[in-house]
Amino acid sequence: MANTVTSKQALSARQRLIKMHYDSRVGHIGGNLSVLDCLLVLIKEFRGNMNEIILSKGHSAGALYIALWNAKILRNSDLKTFHGEDTLLPGHPPTNCTNIISFGTGSLGHGLSLASGTALAFKLKNSKSHSYCVMSDGEWQEGSTWEALIFATHHKLNNLTIFVDHNNLQGFGSTNEIASMSPLWDKLKGFDIDILTIDGHNLKEIRDAAKERTDKPLLICMNTIKGKGVSFMENKMEWHYLPLDETNYNLAINELNK
Amino acid sequence: MRNQFCEKLNSFSSNSDFCFLTGDLGFNALEPLAKNMKKRFINVGVSEQNMLSISAAFARQNIECWAYSIAPFCYARAFEQIRNDISFHNLPVRIVGNGGGYGYGVMGPTHHSIEDYGTLCTLPNFCAFIPTFDEDVSPIIDRLRQHQGPTYLRLGVDEKPKDWIVPKYKKWRQITQGNGPTIISIGPITTTYLEKFNALEDLRPNMWVVSELPILDNLPKKLITQIKQSNKLIIIEEHVANGGIAQQISLLLIQKYNLAPKFVHSYATSHVFSKYGSQNYLRKLSKLDPENLIKIIRNLYK
Repeated sequence: MANTVTSKQALSARQRLIKMHYDSRVGHIGGNLSVLDCLLVLIKEFRGNMNEIILSKGHSAGALYIALWNAKILRNSDLKTFHGEDTLLPGHPPTNCTNIISFGTGSLGHGLSLASGTALAFKLKNSKSHSYCVMSDGEWQEGSTWEALIFATHHKLNNLTIFVDHNNLQGFGSTNEIASMSPLWDKLKGFDIDILTIDGHNLKEIRDAAKERTDKPLLICMNTIKGKGVSFMENKMEWHYLPLDETNYNLAINELNK
Repeated sequence: MRNQFCEKLNSFSSNSDFCFLTGDLGFNALEPLAKNMKKRFINVGVSEQNMLSISAAFARQNIECWAYSIAPFCYARAFEQIRNDISFHNLPVRIVGNGGGYGYGVMGPTHHSIEDYGTLCTLPNFCAFIPTFDEDVSPIIDRLRQHQGPTYLRLGVDEKPKDWIVPKYKKWRQITQGNGPTIISIGPITTTYLEKFNALEDLRPNMWVVSELPILDNLPKKLITQIKQSNKLIIIEEHVANGGIAQQISLLLIQKYNLAPKFVHSYATSHVFSKYGSQNYLRKLSKLDPENLIKIIRNLYK
Protein backbone atom coordinates (compact mmCIF):
# COMPACT_ATOMS: atom_id res chain seq x y z
CA MET A 1 0.00 0.00 0.00
CA ALA A 2 1.31 3.44 -0.96
CA ASN A 3 0.61 4.90 2.45
CA THR A 4 2.27 2.14 4.40
CA VAL A 5 5.78 2.45 5.70
CA THR A 6 7.97 -0.26 4.16
CA SER A 7 11.08 -1.85 5.62
CA LYS A 8 13.05 -0.20 2.86
CA GLN A 9 11.71 3.21 3.82
CA ALA A 10 12.45 2.54 7.48
CA LEU A 11 16.06 1.69 6.60
CA SER A 12 16.38 4.77 4.44
CA ALA A 13 14.92 6.89 7.24
CA ARG A 14 17.43 5.42 9.69
CA GLN A 15 20.29 6.31 7.36
CA ARG A 16 18.94 9.81 6.81
CA LEU A 17 18.56 10.32 10.57
CA ILE A 18 22.17 9.34 11.18
CA LYS A 19 23.38 11.59 8.37
CA MET A 20 21.34 14.51 9.69
CA HIS A 21 22.76 14.10 13.18
CA TYR A 22 26.28 13.66 11.82
CA ASP A 23 26.05 16.72 9.59
CA SER A 24 24.87 18.85 12.48
CA ARG A 25 27.15 17.21 15.10
CA VAL A 26 24.15 16.65 17.33
CA GLY A 27 23.73 13.89 19.92
CA HIS A 28 20.54 12.40 21.37
CA ILE A 29 20.78 9.85 18.60
CA GLY A 30 20.21 6.69 20.68
CA GLY A 31 16.68 7.62 21.74
CA ASN A 32 15.90 8.82 18.22
CA LEU A 33 16.80 5.44 16.80
CA SER A 34 14.70 3.64 19.39
CA VAL A 35 11.52 5.58 18.61
CA LEU A 36 12.00 6.14 14.88
CA ASP A 37 9.96 3.16 13.66
CA CYS A 38 6.97 4.16 15.77
CA LEU A 39 7.02 7.75 14.53
CA LEU A 40 7.43 6.67 10.91
CA VAL A 41 4.26 4.60 11.14
CA LEU A 42 2.22 7.12 13.13
CA ILE A 43 3.14 10.14 11.03
CA LYS A 44 2.70 8.47 7.66
CA GLU A 45 -0.24 6.21 8.37
CA PHE A 46 -2.25 7.69 11.24
CA ARG A 47 -2.08 11.44 11.07
CA GLY A 48 -5.16 11.84 8.84
CA ASN A 49 -8.77 12.21 10.03
CA MET A 50 -7.76 15.10 12.27
CA ASN A 51 -5.90 12.66 14.52
CA GLU A 52 -3.34 14.22 16.83
CA ILE A 53 0.14 12.83 17.39
CA ILE A 54 2.01 14.36 20.31
CA LEU A 55 5.68 13.59 20.82
CA SER A 56 6.12 13.88 24.55
CA LYS A 57 9.80 12.88 24.41
CA GLY A 58 10.75 16.04 22.56
CA HIS A 59 14.45 15.15 22.64
CA SER A 60 13.62 12.74 19.83
CA ALA A 61 12.92 15.68 17.56
CA GLY A 62 15.31 14.22 14.98
CA ALA A 63 13.16 11.11 14.58
CA LEU A 64 10.06 13.28 14.28
CA TYR A 65 11.64 15.41 11.56
CA ILE A 66 12.73 12.31 9.68
CA ALA A 67 9.23 10.86 9.96
CA LEU A 68 7.85 14.13 8.56
CA TRP A 69 10.45 13.98 5.78
CA ASN A 70 9.47 10.39 5.04
CA ALA A 71 5.84 11.52 4.77
CA LYS A 72 6.98 14.29 2.38
CA ILE A 73 6.02 17.08 4.78
CA LEU A 74 9.59 18.23 5.31
CA ARG A 75 12.15 18.45 2.51
CA ASN A 76 15.81 17.49 2.34
CA SER A 77 16.64 21.19 2.32
CA ASP A 78 14.79 21.55 5.66
CA LEU A 79 16.72 18.66 7.19
CA LYS A 80 20.01 20.23 6.11
CA THR A 81 19.31 23.13 8.47
CA PHE A 82 18.69 20.84 11.48
CA HIS A 83 20.05 22.30 14.71
CA GLY A 84 21.82 25.09 12.81
CA GLU A 85 21.37 28.83 12.59
CA ASP A 86 18.17 30.18 11.02
CA THR A 87 16.50 26.76 11.21
CA LEU A 88 12.89 25.69 11.70
CA LEU A 89 14.18 22.45 13.19
CA PRO A 90 15.88 22.96 16.56
CA GLY A 91 16.84 20.23 19.01
CA HIS A 92 13.35 19.99 20.44
CA PRO A 93 10.34 20.51 18.17
CA PRO A 94 8.69 23.91 18.22
CA THR A 95 5.09 24.08 17.15
CA ASN A 96 5.84 26.26 14.15
CA CYS A 97 8.27 23.87 12.44
CA THR A 98 5.33 22.59 10.43
CA ASN A 99 1.63 23.26 10.56
CA ILE A 100 0.83 19.68 11.43
CA ILE A 101 2.49 19.63 14.85
CA SER A 102 0.02 20.90 17.42
CA PHE A 103 2.42 21.17 20.31
CA GLY A 104 6.06 21.91 20.61
CA THR A 105 7.64 19.81 23.35
CA GLY A 106 10.93 19.42 25.16
CA SER A 107 10.31 19.43 28.89
CA LEU A 108 9.25 15.93 29.84
CA GLY A 109 5.93 15.12 31.46
CA HIS A 110 3.71 17.37 29.34
CA GLY A 111 2.68 15.15 26.45
CA LEU A 112 0.31 12.79 28.18
CA SER A 113 -1.78 15.65 29.58
CA LEU A 114 -1.84 17.33 26.17
CA ALA A 115 -2.86 14.10 24.47
CA SER A 116 -5.47 13.33 27.14
CA GLY A 117 -6.94 16.83 26.86
CA THR A 118 -7.04 16.43 23.10
CA ALA A 119 -8.82 13.08 23.44
CA LEU A 120 -11.43 14.52 25.80
CA ALA A 121 -11.88 17.55 23.52
CA PHE A 122 -12.58 15.15 20.63
CA LYS A 123 -15.25 13.46 22.70
CA LEU A 124 -16.85 16.74 23.75
CA LYS A 125 -17.01 17.76 20.09
CA ASN A 126 -18.39 14.35 19.08
CA SER A 127 -15.34 13.81 16.88
CA LYS A 128 -14.16 10.33 15.96
CA SER A 129 -10.54 11.48 15.81
CA HIS A 130 -7.90 9.70 17.82
CA SER A 131 -5.15 11.07 20.06
CA TYR A 132 -1.71 9.43 20.10
CA CYS A 133 1.03 10.16 22.58
CA VAL A 134 4.64 8.97 22.22
CA MET A 135 6.53 8.90 25.49
CA SER A 136 9.83 7.76 26.90
CA ASP A 137 10.08 5.27 29.74
CA GLY A 138 12.18 7.57 31.94
CA GLU A 139 9.41 10.14 31.61
CA TRP A 140 7.26 8.13 33.99
CA GLN A 141 9.42 9.57 36.74
CA GLU A 142 7.64 12.90 36.16
CA GLY A 143 4.73 13.35 38.58
CA SER A 144 2.62 15.18 36.00
CA THR A 145 2.53 12.00 33.93
CA TRP A 146 0.66 10.23 36.69
CA GLU A 147 -1.76 13.14 37.03
CA ALA A 148 -2.49 12.74 33.33
CA LEU A 149 -2.91 8.97 33.62
CA ILE A 150 -5.43 9.38 36.45
CA PHE A 151 -7.33 11.87 34.28
CA ALA A 152 -7.26 9.66 31.18
CA THR A 153 -8.51 6.61 32.99
CA HIS A 154 -11.14 8.51 34.99
CA HIS A 155 -12.60 9.88 31.76
CA LYS A 156 -12.29 6.47 30.06
CA LEU A 157 -10.49 7.99 27.09
CA ASN A 158 -10.74 5.09 24.69
CA ASN A 159 -9.67 7.43 21.89
CA LEU A 160 -6.22 7.75 23.43
CA THR A 161 -3.27 5.50 22.62
CA ILE A 162 -0.02 5.92 24.52
CA PHE A 163 3.15 4.51 23.00
CA VAL A 164 5.98 4.12 25.49
CA ASP A 165 9.48 3.83 24.06
CA HIS A 166 10.80 1.31 26.56
CA ASN A 167 14.51 1.31 25.81
CA ASN A 168 15.51 0.98 29.49
CA LEU A 169 18.09 3.76 29.32
CA GLN A 170 17.85 7.39 30.32
CA GLY A 171 20.13 10.39 30.67
CA PHE A 172 22.60 9.15 33.25
CA GLY A 173 22.14 5.40 33.43
CA SER A 174 19.47 2.74 33.17
CA THR A 175 15.94 3.41 34.36
CA ASN A 176 16.34 0.57 36.83
CA GLU A 177 19.47 2.07 38.39
CA ILE A 178 18.20 5.63 38.62
CA ALA A 179 14.62 5.58 39.85
CA SER A 180 13.35 2.10 39.34
CA MET A 181 9.70 1.42 38.79
CA SER A 182 10.53 -1.94 37.33
CA PRO A 183 8.42 -3.54 36.20
CA LEU A 184 6.67 -0.32 35.16
CA TRP A 185 3.85 -2.25 33.53
CA ASP A 186 2.85 -3.80 36.84
CA LYS A 187 2.37 -0.33 38.30
CA LEU A 188 0.39 0.78 35.28
CA LYS A 189 -1.85 -2.28 35.46
CA GLY A 190 -3.21 -0.85 38.69
CA PHE A 191 -4.95 1.78 36.58
CA ASP A 192 -7.96 1.11 34.47
CA ILE A 193 -6.11 0.91 31.17
CA ASP A 194 -5.39 -1.76 28.63
CA ILE A 195 -1.76 -2.61 28.00
CA LEU A 196 -0.22 -4.24 24.95
CA THR A 197 3.42 -5.19 24.64
CA ILE A 198 5.00 -5.13 21.21
CA ASP A 199 8.36 -5.10 19.46
CA GLY A 200 8.86 -1.37 18.90
CA HIS A 201 10.95 -2.02 15.80
CA ASN A 202 8.39 -4.22 14.06
CA LEU A 203 6.43 -2.01 11.69
CA LYS A 204 3.46 -4.37 11.51
CA GLU A 205 3.18 -4.68 15.27
CA ILE A 206 3.32 -0.89 15.62
CA ARG A 207 0.66 -0.48 12.92
CA ASP A 208 -1.63 -3.08 14.47
CA ALA A 209 -1.23 -1.51 17.89
CA ALA A 210 -2.10 1.93 16.54
CA LYS A 211 -5.26 0.49 14.99
CA GLU A 212 -6.29 -1.38 18.14
CA ARG A 213 -9.36 -0.01 19.94
CA THR A 214 -10.71 -1.02 23.35
CA ASP A 215 -13.11 0.65 25.75
CA LYS A 216 -10.27 2.18 27.80
CA PRO A 217 -7.12 4.20 27.19
CA LEU A 218 -4.63 1.91 25.53
CA LEU A 219 -0.97 1.86 26.48
CA ILE A 220 1.51 0.23 24.13
CA CYS A 221 4.71 -0.92 25.76
CA MET A 222 7.20 -0.87 22.92
CA ASN A 223 10.24 -2.92 23.72
CA THR A 224 12.94 -1.01 21.90
CA ILE A 225 16.70 -0.79 21.67
CA LYS A 226 18.44 2.50 22.22
CA GLY A 227 20.64 3.06 19.18
CA LYS A 228 18.74 0.40 17.19
CA GLY A 229 20.41 -0.62 13.95
CA VAL A 230 23.95 0.45 14.80
CA SER A 231 25.62 -2.27 16.84
CA PHE A 232 28.17 -0.09 18.65
CA MET A 233 25.37 2.21 19.81
CA GLU A 234 22.82 -0.39 20.80
CA ASN A 235 21.96 -0.38 24.48
CA LYS A 236 24.78 2.05 25.25
CA MET A 237 23.78 4.84 27.58
CA GLU A 238 26.41 7.26 26.24
CA TRP A 239 24.59 7.43 22.89
CA HIS A 240 21.84 9.31 24.67
CA TYR A 241 24.17 12.29 24.31
CA LEU A 242 27.20 11.66 22.08
CA PRO A 243 27.46 13.16 18.61
CA LEU A 244 28.97 11.08 15.81
CA ASP A 245 32.53 11.65 14.64
CA GLU A 246 33.56 10.77 11.07
CA THR A 247 34.83 7.30 11.95
CA ASN A 248 31.69 6.34 13.82
CA TYR A 249 29.49 7.85 11.16
CA ASN A 250 31.13 5.74 8.45
CA LEU A 251 30.91 2.64 10.62
CA ALA A 252 27.21 3.26 11.23
CA ILE A 253 26.34 3.90 7.60
CA ASN A 254 28.34 0.88 6.41
CA GLU A 255 26.55 -1.34 8.88
CA LEU A 256 23.14 -0.09 7.81
CA ASN A 257 24.05 -0.56 4.14
CA LYS A 258 24.86 -4.22 4.62
CA MET B 1 -16.08 38.71 43.22
CA ARG B 2 -16.55 34.95 42.88
CA ASN B 3 -20.30 35.32 42.73
CA GLN B 4 -20.13 37.96 40.01
CA PHE B 5 -17.66 35.75 38.18
CA CYS B 6 -19.94 32.73 38.40
CA GLU B 7 -22.97 34.78 37.36
CA LYS B 8 -21.16 36.16 34.31
CA LEU B 9 -19.89 32.79 33.16
CA ASN B 10 -23.36 31.39 33.61
CA SER B 11 -24.62 33.95 31.13
CA PHE B 12 -22.77 32.18 28.31
CA SER B 13 -22.67 28.71 29.79
CA SER B 14 -25.00 27.35 27.10
CA ASN B 15 -22.23 27.85 24.53
CA SER B 16 -21.31 24.29 23.58
CA ASP B 17 -17.68 25.28 22.89
CA PHE B 18 -17.13 26.61 26.40
CA CYS B 19 -15.52 24.36 29.03
CA PHE B 20 -14.66 25.11 32.64
CA LEU B 21 -11.95 23.25 34.52
CA THR B 22 -11.35 23.43 38.24
CA GLY B 23 -8.60 21.96 40.35
CA ASP B 24 -11.12 20.74 42.91
CA LEU B 25 -11.89 24.24 44.18
CA GLY B 26 -14.90 26.54 44.05
CA PHE B 27 -17.07 25.01 46.76
CA ASN B 28 -20.02 27.20 47.70
CA ALA B 29 -19.61 29.45 44.66
CA LEU B 30 -19.36 27.51 41.41
CA GLU B 31 -22.21 25.05 41.96
CA PRO B 32 -24.66 26.96 39.71
CA LEU B 33 -22.12 26.92 36.92
CA ALA B 34 -21.49 23.21 37.41
CA LYS B 35 -25.22 22.55 37.30
CA ASN B 36 -25.69 24.45 34.06
CA MET B 37 -22.60 23.24 32.24
CA LYS B 38 -22.96 19.57 33.12
CA LYS B 39 -20.21 17.54 31.38
CA ARG B 40 -18.45 20.72 30.24
CA PHE B 41 -17.71 21.57 33.89
CA ILE B 42 -14.76 19.33 34.64
CA ASN B 43 -13.20 18.89 38.04
CA VAL B 44 -9.76 17.58 37.12
CA GLY B 45 -8.95 16.85 40.75
CA VAL B 46 -5.93 18.02 42.66
CA SER B 47 -3.65 18.18 39.64
CA GLU B 48 -2.83 21.71 38.57
CA GLN B 49 -0.08 20.73 36.12
CA ASN B 50 -2.46 18.42 34.34
CA MET B 51 -5.25 21.02 34.41
CA LEU B 52 -3.18 23.64 32.60
CA SER B 53 -1.97 21.24 29.91
CA ILE B 54 -5.51 19.95 29.43
CA SER B 55 -6.58 23.59 29.02
CA ALA B 56 -3.97 24.07 26.31
CA ALA B 57 -5.21 20.98 24.48
CA PHE B 58 -8.83 22.18 24.72
CA ALA B 59 -7.88 25.61 23.40
CA ARG B 60 -5.98 23.97 20.55
CA GLN B 61 -9.24 22.21 19.63
CA ASN B 62 -11.02 25.60 19.59
CA ILE B 63 -12.77 25.10 22.90
CA GLU B 64 -13.03 28.23 25.03
CA CYS B 65 -11.33 26.97 28.15
CA TRP B 66 -11.31 28.46 31.64
CA ALA B 67 -9.06 26.96 34.31
CA TYR B 68 -9.89 27.84 37.91
CA SER B 69 -8.16 27.43 41.23
CA ILE B 70 -7.19 29.61 44.13
CA ALA B 71 -4.67 32.20 43.01
CA PRO B 72 -1.49 30.62 44.43
CA PHE B 73 -2.32 27.17 43.05
CA CYS B 74 -3.32 28.09 39.52
CA TYR B 75 0.05 29.30 38.29
CA ALA B 76 2.94 28.50 40.61
CA ARG B 77 3.20 24.71 40.41
CA ALA B 78 2.00 24.68 36.81
CA PHE B 79 4.26 27.48 35.60
CA GLU B 80 6.06 25.32 33.06
CA GLN B 81 2.78 24.03 31.65
CA ILE B 82 1.54 27.63 31.34
CA ARG B 83 4.79 28.72 29.72
CA ASN B 84 5.39 25.82 27.31
CA ASP B 85 1.93 24.56 26.50
CA ILE B 86 -0.17 27.73 26.67
CA SER B 87 1.97 30.82 26.29
CA PHE B 88 4.51 29.57 23.73
CA HIS B 89 1.56 28.49 21.59
CA ASN B 90 -0.37 31.70 22.23
CA LEU B 91 -3.47 29.75 23.18
CA PRO B 92 -6.42 31.70 24.60
CA VAL B 93 -6.69 29.84 27.91
CA ARG B 94 -8.39 31.84 30.69
CA ILE B 95 -6.66 31.17 34.00
CA VAL B 96 -8.59 32.32 37.04
CA GLY B 97 -7.10 32.72 40.51
CA ASN B 98 -9.36 33.47 43.42
CA GLY B 99 -8.02 35.29 46.48
CA GLY B 100 -5.08 37.15 44.93
CA GLY B 101 -2.52 38.93 47.12
CA TYR B 102 -2.89 38.10 50.80
CA GLY B 103 -6.48 37.04 50.11
CA TYR B 104 -6.16 33.78 51.99
CA GLY B 105 -4.72 35.66 54.97
CA VAL B 106 -4.32 33.43 57.96
CA MET B 107 -4.24 30.29 55.81
CA GLY B 108 -0.50 30.93 55.65
CA PRO B 109 2.17 31.86 53.12
CA THR B 110 1.64 28.87 50.82
CA HIS B 111 -1.80 30.32 50.10
CA HIS B 112 -0.70 33.86 49.25
CA SER B 113 -0.10 34.96 45.69
CA ILE B 114 1.94 38.12 45.72
CA GLU B 115 4.09 37.39 42.69
CA ASP B 116 1.38 36.10 40.36
CA TYR B 117 0.75 38.82 37.78
CA GLY B 118 4.40 39.88 37.68
CA THR B 119 5.46 36.31 36.96
CA LEU B 120 2.80 35.63 34.35
CA CYS B 121 3.37 38.92 32.56
CA THR B 122 6.94 37.84 31.84
CA LEU B 123 5.50 35.28 29.43
CA PRO B 124 4.86 36.00 25.77
CA ASN B 125 1.37 37.15 24.83
CA PHE B 126 0.09 37.09 28.42
CA CYS B 127 -2.39 39.62 29.76
CA ALA B 128 -3.48 39.88 33.39
CA PHE B 129 -6.81 41.39 34.41
CA ILE B 130 -7.38 42.57 37.96
CA PRO B 131 -10.83 43.90 38.85
CA THR B 132 -11.07 46.61 41.51
CA PHE B 133 -14.81 46.46 42.18
CA ASP B 134 -17.37 43.70 41.97
CA GLU B 135 -18.95 45.67 39.14
CA ASP B 136 -15.74 45.33 37.08
CA VAL B 137 -15.93 41.56 36.83
CA SER B 138 -18.49 41.42 34.04
CA PRO B 139 -16.91 44.01 31.70
CA ILE B 140 -13.46 42.59 32.41
CA ILE B 141 -14.61 39.14 31.35
CA ASP B 142 -15.91 40.68 28.14
CA ARG B 143 -12.51 42.32 27.56
CA LEU B 144 -10.61 39.20 28.48
CA ARG B 145 -12.60 37.06 26.06
CA GLN B 146 -11.59 39.39 23.24
CA HIS B 147 -7.89 38.85 23.92
CA GLN B 148 -6.45 36.37 21.41
CA GLY B 149 -3.77 35.00 23.74
CA PRO B 150 -3.59 33.61 27.28
CA THR B 151 -5.06 35.58 30.16
CA TYR B 152 -5.04 35.60 33.94
CA LEU B 153 -7.92 36.91 36.02
CA ARG B 154 -7.07 37.69 39.65
CA LEU B 155 -10.15 37.86 41.87
CA GLY B 156 -10.33 39.33 45.36
CA VAL B 157 -12.73 41.03 47.76
CA ASP B 158 -14.30 44.41 47.02
CA GLU B 159 -14.47 46.48 50.26
CA LYS B 160 -15.81 49.74 48.86
CA PRO B 161 -17.89 51.94 51.20
CA LYS B 162 -21.65 51.63 51.04
CA ASP B 163 -23.23 53.79 48.35
CA TRP B 164 -19.90 54.38 46.61
CA ILE B 165 -20.63 55.06 42.97
CA VAL B 166 -18.41 52.88 40.84
CA PRO B 167 -17.19 54.56 37.68
CA LYS B 168 -17.75 52.71 34.43
CA TYR B 169 -15.02 50.14 33.75
CA LYS B 170 -11.98 51.27 31.83
CA LYS B 171 -8.40 49.99 31.76
CA TRP B 172 -7.40 53.21 33.56
CA ARG B 173 -9.82 55.11 35.78
CA GLN B 174 -9.51 58.03 38.14
CA ILE B 175 -11.22 57.15 41.40
CA THR B 176 -10.64 60.16 43.68
CA GLN B 177 -9.81 63.78 42.90
CA GLY B 178 -8.13 66.45 44.96
CA ASN B 179 -5.04 68.57 45.54
CA GLY B 180 -2.82 65.85 46.97
CA PRO B 181 -0.34 63.47 45.41
CA THR B 182 -0.97 61.26 42.42
CA ILE B 183 -1.63 57.65 43.33
CA ILE B 184 -1.82 54.60 41.10
CA SER B 185 -3.27 51.46 42.61
CA ILE B 186 -4.34 48.05 41.37
CA GLY B 187 -6.92 45.54 42.50
CA PRO B 188 -9.48 45.51 45.28
CA ILE B 189 -6.99 46.75 47.88
CA THR B 190 -7.85 50.14 46.31
CA THR B 191 -11.32 49.95 47.83
CA THR B 192 -9.88 49.88 51.36
CA TYR B 193 -8.55 53.45 50.92
CA LEU B 194 -11.60 55.14 49.45
CA GLU B 195 -13.24 56.31 52.65
CA LYS B 196 -10.09 57.65 54.31
CA PHE B 197 -8.64 59.23 51.18
CA ASN B 198 -11.94 60.93 50.44
CA ALA B 199 -11.98 62.39 53.93
CA LEU B 200 -8.57 64.01 53.34
CA GLU B 201 -9.87 67.40 52.38
CA ASP B 202 -6.52 69.18 52.10
CA LEU B 203 -4.45 66.45 50.52
CA ARG B 204 -7.05 64.24 48.89
CA PRO B 205 -5.09 62.34 46.25
CA ASN B 206 -5.76 61.97 42.57
CA MET B 207 -6.04 58.22 42.73
CA TRP B 208 -6.12 56.05 39.62
CA VAL B 209 -6.65 52.34 39.23
CA VAL B 210 -5.25 50.25 36.43
CA SER B 211 -6.81 46.86 35.70
CA GLU B 212 -5.01 45.39 32.70
CA LEU B 213 -1.37 44.32 32.54
CA PRO B 214 1.28 44.53 31.27
CA ILE B 215 1.47 48.31 31.05
CA LEU B 216 3.30 48.83 27.80
CA ASP B 217 1.49 51.62 26.02
CA ASN B 218 0.69 55.26 26.76
CA LEU B 219 -0.40 56.38 30.20
CA PRO B 220 -3.55 58.56 30.27
CA LYS B 221 -2.77 62.19 29.44
CA LYS B 222 -4.65 63.43 32.48
CA LEU B 223 -2.62 61.14 34.72
CA ILE B 224 0.64 62.45 33.25
CA THR B 225 -0.54 66.02 33.79
CA GLN B 226 -1.35 65.27 37.41
CA ILE B 227 2.02 63.60 37.99
CA LYS B 228 3.74 66.65 36.53
CA GLN B 229 1.68 69.01 38.65
CA SER B 230 1.99 67.17 41.94
CA ASN B 231 5.50 65.82 41.26
CA LYS B 232 4.61 63.17 43.81
CA LEU B 233 3.65 59.64 42.86
CA ILE B 234 2.62 56.76 45.10
CA ILE B 235 2.10 53.31 43.64
CA ILE B 236 0.20 50.75 45.68
CA GLU B 237 -0.02 47.06 44.95
CA GLU B 238 -0.61 43.83 46.84
CA HIS B 239 2.28 42.21 45.02
CA VAL B 240 6.01 42.03 45.61
CA ALA B 241 8.10 44.89 44.27
CA ASN B 242 9.84 42.77 41.65
CA GLY B 243 7.75 42.54 38.50
CA GLY B 244 4.99 44.69 39.89
CA ILE B 245 3.26 47.65 38.30
CA ALA B 246 5.62 50.16 39.91
CA GLN B 247 8.51 48.82 37.85
CA GLN B 248 6.46 48.87 34.67
CA ILE B 249 5.17 52.39 35.26
CA SER B 250 8.44 53.94 36.41
CA LEU B 251 10.18 52.53 33.32
CA LEU B 252 7.54 54.14 31.12
CA LEU B 253 7.79 57.44 32.99
CA ILE B 254 11.54 57.55 32.45
CA GLN B 255 11.69 56.16 28.92
CA LYS B 256 8.70 57.85 27.43
CA TYR B 257 7.85 60.88 29.53
CA ASN B 258 11.21 61.88 30.98
CA LEU B 259 9.57 62.17 34.40
CA ALA B 260 11.07 61.35 37.77
CA PRO B 261 8.62 62.51 40.43
CA LYS B 262 9.12 62.02 44.15
CA PHE B 263 8.21 58.39 44.35
CA VAL B 264 6.88 55.98 46.99
CA HIS B 265 6.14 52.35 46.30
CA SER B 266 3.87 50.52 48.74
CA TYR B 267 3.89 46.79 48.08
CA ALA B 268 3.60 43.35 49.66
CA THR B 269 6.85 43.19 51.54
CA SER B 270 7.14 39.54 52.40
CA HIS B 271 5.89 36.01 51.92
CA VAL B 272 7.15 34.87 55.29
CA PHE B 273 6.37 36.74 58.49
CA SER B 274 7.12 35.98 62.10
CA LYS B 275 3.39 35.92 62.82
CA TYR B 276 0.29 35.54 60.65
CA GLY B 277 -3.22 36.88 60.52
CA SER B 278 -6.01 38.01 58.24
CA GLN B 279 -5.55 39.72 54.89
CA ASN B 280 -5.83 43.12 56.57
CA TYR B 281 -3.35 42.05 59.26
CA LEU B 282 -0.80 41.09 56.59
CA ARG B 283 -1.48 44.25 54.61
CA LYS B 284 -0.70 46.18 57.77
CA LEU B 285 2.59 44.31 58.25
CA SER B 286 3.43 45.39 54.69
CA LYS B 287 2.41 48.96 55.57
CA LEU B 288 -0.34 48.77 52.98
CA ASP B 289 -3.09 49.71 55.46
CA PRO B 290 -5.00 52.99 54.95
CA GLU B 291 -3.56 54.60 58.11
CA ASN B 292 -0.02 54.11 56.88
CA LEU B 293 -0.87 55.42 53.43
CA ILE B 294 -2.25 58.59 55.04
CA LYS B 295 1.08 58.96 56.85
CA ILE B 296 2.95 58.52 53.58
CA ILE B 297 0.82 61.20 51.93
CA ARG B 298 1.39 63.65 54.78
CA ASN B 299 5.13 62.96 54.86
CA LEU B 300 5.38 63.80 51.18
CA TYR B 301 4.28 67.33 51.99
CA LYS B 302 6.43 67.95 55.05
